[in-house]
Amino acid sequence: MSGREAILKKVRGALGAPLDDAARAKAVRQRLAKAPTGVVPARGRLPEEERIALFRQMAEKVSATVEHVKKTGDVPNAVAAYLRSKNLPASVRMGGDERLRAMPWGRVKALETKTGPADPDDEVGVSHALAGIAETGTVALYSGVENPTTVNFLPEHHIVVVDAKDIEGDLETTLSRLKKRFGKGKMPRTLNLITGPSRSGDIEQKLLLGAHGPRALHLIVVDDGRIGNKL
Amino acid sequence: MKQEISKRPRVGLFVTCLVDLFRPSVGFASVKLLEKAGCDVEVPMAQTCCGQPAYNSGDRADTIAIAKNTIKAFEEYDYIVAPSGSCAGMLKKHYPLLFKESAWEERAEAFSARVHELMSFLVDVMGVERVEAAHEGNVTYHDSCSGLRELGIQEQPRRLLSSVSGLQLKEMRDPDVCCGFGGTFCVKYPDISNKIVAEKTDNIRASGADTLLAGDLGCLMNMAGKLQREGAEVNVRHVAEVLAGMDGPAIGKGES
Amino acid sequence: MQITSPEFKKNARSALSDTQLQKALGHVRTGFIDKRQASVDALPEFDELRDSARAIKDHTLAHLDLYLERYEEKVKSAGGYVHWAETAEDARSVILDICRAAGARTVTKGKSMITEEIGLNEFFEKEGVRPVETDLGEYIIQLRGEHPSHIIAPAVHLNKEQVEADFRRVHDHLRPNRDLSEPESLLAEARRVLRSEYFTADVGITGANFLVAETGSSVIVTNEGNGDLTQTLPRVHVVVASIEKVVPTLEDMSQILRVLARSATGQDMSVYTTVSTGPRRPGDPDGPDEYHVVLLDNGRSSMLGTEFQDMLRCIRCGACMNHCPIYHAVGGHAYGWVYPGPMGAVLTPSLAGIDKSGHLPNASTFCGRCEAVCPMKIPLPKMMRHWREREFARGLNPATQRYGLRAWALFASRPRLYHLAASFAIPALSFFTGRRPRFRYLPFAGGWTRHRDLPAPENRTFLQQWRSRQAAKQEAQA
Repeated sequence: MSGREAILKKVRGALGAPLDDAARAKAVRQRLAKAPTGVVPARGRLPEEERIALFRQMAEKVSATVEHVKKTGDVPNAVAAYLRSKNLPASVRMGGDERLRAMPWGRVKALETKTGPADPDDEVGVSHALAGIAETGTVALYSGVENPTTVNFLPEHHIVVVDAKDIEGDLETTLSRLKKRFGKGKMPRTLNLITGPSRSGDIEQKLLLGAHGPRALHLIVVDDGRIGNKL
Repeated sequence: MKQEISKRPRVGLFVTCLVDLFRPSVGFASVKLLEKAGCDVEVPMAQTCCGQPAYNSGDRADTIAIAKNTIKAFEEYDYIVAPSGSCAGMLKKHYPLLFKESAWEERAEAFSARVHELMSFLVDVMGVERVEAAHEGNVTYHDSCSGLRELGIQEQPRRLLSSVSGLQLKEMRDPDVCCGFGGTFCVKYPDISNKIVAEKTDNIRASGADTLLAGDLGCLMNMAGKLQREGAEVNVRHVAEVLAGMDGPAIGKGES
Repeated sequence: MQITSPEFKKNARSALSDTQLQKALGHVRTGFIDKRQASVDALPEFDELRDSARAIKDHTLAHLDLYLERYEEKVKSAGGYVHWAETAEDARSVILDICRAAGARTVTKGKSMITEEIGLNEFFEKEGVRPVETDLGEYIIQLRGEHPSHIIAPAVHLNKEQVEADFRRVHDHLRPNRDLSEPESLLAEARRVLRSEYFTADVGITGANFLVAETGSSVIVTNEGNGDLTQTLPRVHVVVASIEKVVPTLEDMSQILRVLARSATGQDMSVYTTVSTGPRRPGDPDGPDEYHVVLLDNGRSSMLGTEFQDMLRCIRCGACMNHCPIYHAVGGHAYGWVYPGPMGAVLTPSLAGIDKSGHLPNASTFCGRCEAVCPMKIPLPKMMRHWREREFARGLNPATQRYGLRAWALFASRPRLYHLAASFAIPALSFFTGRRPRFRYLPFAGGWTRHRDLPAPENRTFLQQWRSRQAAKQEAQA
């Protein structure tokens, strides 16, 4: 008997379940067809402006830095200013995301933009998020040629662009968006939910940033003037 | 959960084996508090121990025999009250589990529904809000584990203590952390138990209180024994003794 | 790993006298507890989420065979492989085969308790494969040849000076006079050293916090990012997970995620929650070419349908040990096997045998703090008591204990005999105290009097005194 058959047989035996138990099979089918939503914290259920403000507040609580720009066209300048403020070389790594590629990088003098997956030597990566999740200040990114996974983890600084309209209240909303994009039951190879920069408390429980992943996570929210001057 | 009490309820006092043997004054304090609250108190002579030593050692058969004895001795009363969160928890929460799907199931459940720990009974059932007692000094209160986590006893004793004239409550750090007694645990694993109680007595002394109170004699004897071994000048008493105004010698300090 | 649970008492004694360890354990007593409480207080729905999480696992366990089949089907359709391992030995040999096929000499590992359970590192070393732990805590203890002392903070038993000494010993190619006095410099050094390992490794092994049946995904939850580098950079990614990790859907994962990090570290969400489904897709610029899942039983199916089934809800957050006075006193290594603390006291007898681990469910005061904080509402004390019942039924506890208990129970269930005995016992005890208010030593009570005094009983029991008072009252009334 293979390991598979042996384990399944033991599980069925322990549960007292016959092989062709139609009732159990139906319960599983139904559950998979339509998952109950469960308990979604009220925290994220807010009007747009407050939701975006909560996203910022939660992200800052976990040591991410957040800035707002009005237009996608403002992103390259914001990135360049970030690099200067941290004394970083004028070079960033990014994938082929059309939203990123459409930005006027050429307008920033002497800023090198490298395309493709990250190298060990890249100091700064730029990605575009699928969504922001206000309840925890999380950004959601998925793998592919648009935003390679290595860009999220290898550079010391990770800059993530988020459209304000993509900032959602809770994780469930982001998951259902993902399902719409990929089809139910299908997933991208990797979904990364990132909440703040990398950290470790393994030495005497002292919290330190930049364990293996990025030491800094900088979020640029493109808000199309939605937020006005309230922040 | 305050209930209307039309007549004087008949209360059977489950005194607990430790109080019976080591600290009778806790029994008399309980009687006094219950009578003052408007109860007729009786003490069935057929009581022994709640059975925890057997139950927690995995000896289910003997536990069931002991539980049956307790139920028989007490089931005629309106309420069964014990000056111990641990023993009351055993009677209230664990007895019904012993008789699941047996002939005694209903009987055990009817019994357990009427069991209360003393502080909770006075405040939650009898609606007592204050006591007439005096105690000069700073006291600190340890929340015994079963009372706290099985029966939700935390605020009741503190509320009653706040009505004792002259008494100041000084909370220690981590009052809700175990003292390391654990029944047979403290003799089976004496070194670990000692480490835990030593943490506790550090916190007790750091509170600056001159008296330590709790609602369970097992924990009190453990903490008193450690404090005395350390030479600390802290008096240790059961909370009922202070609420009843009984000022005999503190635990481990009297004439035998 | 070699089980030392039978020597629990000895282990505990040496832990109690280890000053380095006691200093390190001080961090557990404060850090985790306050942070958890703050994050729980900030989420009004926390308790409702615990109920929701518990219901999800109960439903899944009741249909475990079906969800496992569905999960397997989805992994395969995403281009991955599923291997079923009944025992630790099966799992080790499947993993070795995968490594051999990949020509692997170096294997990086994300933090995984399940690979501790199957003793993978020792096995790899014997077979000539070099395992490299990449989680900072795991890396440190690997250098020391130790095992984790905590399921989420493996090096919590160490102080920074010990780590510094190990780094100086092992990283001997680096400048000897470099400054390693602070955790920051230690972390930076580990980061530099491990960076090159990720690129050298041919296979990356991770555990899984969840397996999602709906999508065939494995999920890891980490803070450092090492798990992601481990599974993204090598050519082959192997997930090792036990069968109870499966949940039906992504929504179910989401419910449990909300209680996981809060209970573990007091974070609302861990830094990296990564959902992986199959190998690199056409056009993907990075990610592994092969994706394997090893599904391990190793005794879990025999817990189903028993009084220990609830234990399979455990999500390995560590809250039970963070709040356990026994764990605080002796640390994780004293427990003598992979899983310490209250969850280990229930799980170890199930997976490694009660004959070897009888101490663990006994070494508890039943204070109930573990159950009170368990995000999955696992009745840990109740299950420890079940183990004690099984031991008692099999006659595994010491004879002196059994006979003492039986003799006591004989009295306790017979009130007349009991009171008679009590009336003899008290004068006998007075003989030993000699009218002093307390004992410093008492025969047969050495466990008590070694560390504390025992208050002497008064000369008559409460019941005796009560009876005389009632008699006097009746006489006065007559």
